[in-house]
Amino acid sequence: MSATNISLRLLGNDTGARVFLAAIIALTVLVPILNVAVPPDSPFHVPTYAVSLFGKYLCFALLALSVDLIWGFCGILSLGHGAFFAIGGYAIGMYMMREIGPRGVYGHPELPDFMVFLNWTELPWFWLGFDMFWFAAAMVVVAPGLLAFVFGWLAFRSRVSGVYFSIISQAMTYALMLAFFRNDMGFGGNNGLTDFKDILGFNLQANATRITLFVFSGVALIGAFALCRFIVASKMGRVLIAIRDAEARARFVGYRTDMYKLFVFSVSAVLAGIAGALYVPQVGIINPGEFSPLKSIEIVVWVALGGRGTLYGAVLGAISVNALKSYFTALAPEIWLFLLGGLFVLVTVALPRGLVGLRGQLARRRANSGALKPKLAERDPAS
Amino acid sequence: MIDPSETPSGKLVPGKSILVLDNVSVSFDGFKALNALSFVVMSGEMRAVIGPNGAGKTTMMDVITGKTRPDQGKVIFRDYHDLTRLDEPRIANLGIGRKFQKPTVFEALTVLDNLWMALKANRRIRAMFTFTLSSANRARIEEVLEVTGLTALRDDLAGGLSHGQKQWLEIGMLLVQDPDLLLVDEPVAGMTDAETEATATLLRTIAKSHSVVVVEHDMEFVRALDVPVTVLHEGSVLADGSLDTVQRNEAVIEVYLGR
Ligand SMILES: Nc1ncnc2c1ncn2[C@@H]1O[C@H](COP(=O)(O)OP(=O)(O)OP(=O)(O)O)[C@@H](O)[C@H]1O
Ligand SMILES: [Mg+2]
Repeated sequence: MSATNISLRLLGNDTGARVFLAAIIALTVLVPILNVAVPPDSPFHVPTYAVSLFGKYLCFALLALSVDLIWGFCGILSLGHGAFFAIGGYAIGMYMMREIGPRGVYGHPELPDFMVFLNWTELPWFWLGFDMFWFAAAMVVVAPGLLAFVFGWLAFRSRVSGVYFSIISQAMTYALMLAFFRNDMGFGGNNGLTDFKDILGFNLQANATRITLFVFSGVALIGAFALCRFIVASKMGRVLIAIRDAEARARFVGYRTDMYKLFVFSVSAVLAGIAGALYVPQVGIINPGEFSPLKSIEIVVWVALGGRGTLYGAVLGAISVNALKSYFTALAPEIWLFLLGGLFVLVTVALPRGLVGLRGQLARRRANSGALKPKLAERDPAS
Repeated sequence: MIDPSETPSGKLVPGKSILVLDNVSVSFDGFKALNALSFVVMSGEMRAVIGPNGAGKTTMMDVITGKTRPDQGKVIFRDYHDLTRLDEPRIANLGIGRKFQKPTVFEALTVLDNLWMALKANRRIRAMFTFTLSSANRARIEEVLEVTGLTALRDDLAGGLSHGQKQWLEIGMLLVQDPDLLLVDEPVAGMTDAETEATATLLRTIAKSHSVVVVEHDMEFVRALDVPVTVLHEGSVLADGSLDTVQRNEAVIEVYLGR
């Protein structure tokens, strides 16, 4: 019953997590090999565009993971998590804009094209430092983390929770979207930041760069998964679940629940920011659309579809929904939103624990038909 | 966050008060749930609080534990802390534990995890990642599992326990939390006679080293506790003394039977 044993109790017999980890590691290793070592005419060859596409899925998976950490384990339903993702993306985008240097269309030695276009003569103060990669990388963590800390501090201290929290988080990302749409904010207005050329001197179009970005996305996802597992398996994880189900009670046992929520919310925002920073170089653009409330709602749908409160369910949901989305938007873009909505309704009604709950649900049905009662341990953690 | 100096000393100071409610009033939409209530709990004392439904017993506990802010009056803990200025976690960490009228345990956690959560320990965030169970604490948890009869159910989810078992788990959580002052709201509601008797014995054992306030309607149980009784009515003290004395009190009889 030592701490390690208790962690083991959570990790030890979780086959889902093991299968998931193995799959992500295999994907991270195999995709580059299939791209580089397998000749292009082989059916097993993975073309470079697909490498980046998979890389994008991994970033979405990381984003979904960050949402599951707070929603699945602490009951904080953020409908504004896209904002942290976007801010991480903007931070790295600003670096890549500065990296263009005099190679822009207007050939200005320092100013990005859109600033020259707006007749600006010098860099705004908040663009200073973004010519250094380490600074931008620090901002990827600091900016979303700080925003989440301030926002969470205000919300949790005044005990805003449940639906009210969801609504104000949505309002936050909406307000940011409107702000970033304005040209005079200095983030490129509705065009956002794009036309990136390289990162740390490596050409963004080069195969090696794309593979490296993909691998980093995989590594980031695995690392974040390990971090979330660590948090969830520690005593902290129990406190988070306690807060999720009976916050008032947890306070009477002496837990400063607002601080716990603030902690986990900030960690989650940082993970979302990292996801955004890995995403933007792979898709080559960041614009205010990423702040759109709809995007944030989509993330929640991924998590719900995959199954919340398991971590790997969120990853599964993000990857499968986005793979479907790629497929259908190529085939018939106009039906995609209906399909997503329909899927969401279907899962909510038929699979309350998401895709990962399917196995347990089937097993239970079989057990029930054998006149056995459902095992307690299989109960919905959210109920 | 919590200053270590605030963590409970655990020591009883005989002859001193541990809790003083002074002229406390609480109103809900004009209705006075507590009406200039004054009430003292001595260090090491166990006191039973009785009173008809709606007398304000639970509200009194809400005020002490920081859930409800009174409109007037002071609540002084250990001659020093005015609890009306502190919030729930702060008050809990000062050494006041509470069992709720409606048993509330963490349903999605196992019995063991519930005890683990409640265990007296550093509640800072940093401490959550380095927490290990000392052998003393491990023994303590085993002991509490034994006392509450939950040993065999240790790995079951608390949500699946029966009503009575939840009551016991909540008492178990209080035991491992080891507060100086325990506020116990209707601990035997829904229990069988045998369980009620066992609970009375358990509370008397606890009372040897803690200050306890017990709210209960069950007169057999209150008699078994064999402690001074305070009768609340319409938010103030109607009478106090031994159970026999208050049961002979005209005003009390009036309140209980007169309507
Ligand atoms: N949050 C609240 N809002 C409005 N009225 C309340 C609230 N809490 C309690 N009351 C009212 O205050 C009065 C005292 O309630 P309280 O729960 O303290 O009584 P009690 O003595 O614990 O009764 P019981 O024996 O039924 O548990 C009741 O009339 C109750 O309806
Ligand atoms: Mg009551």
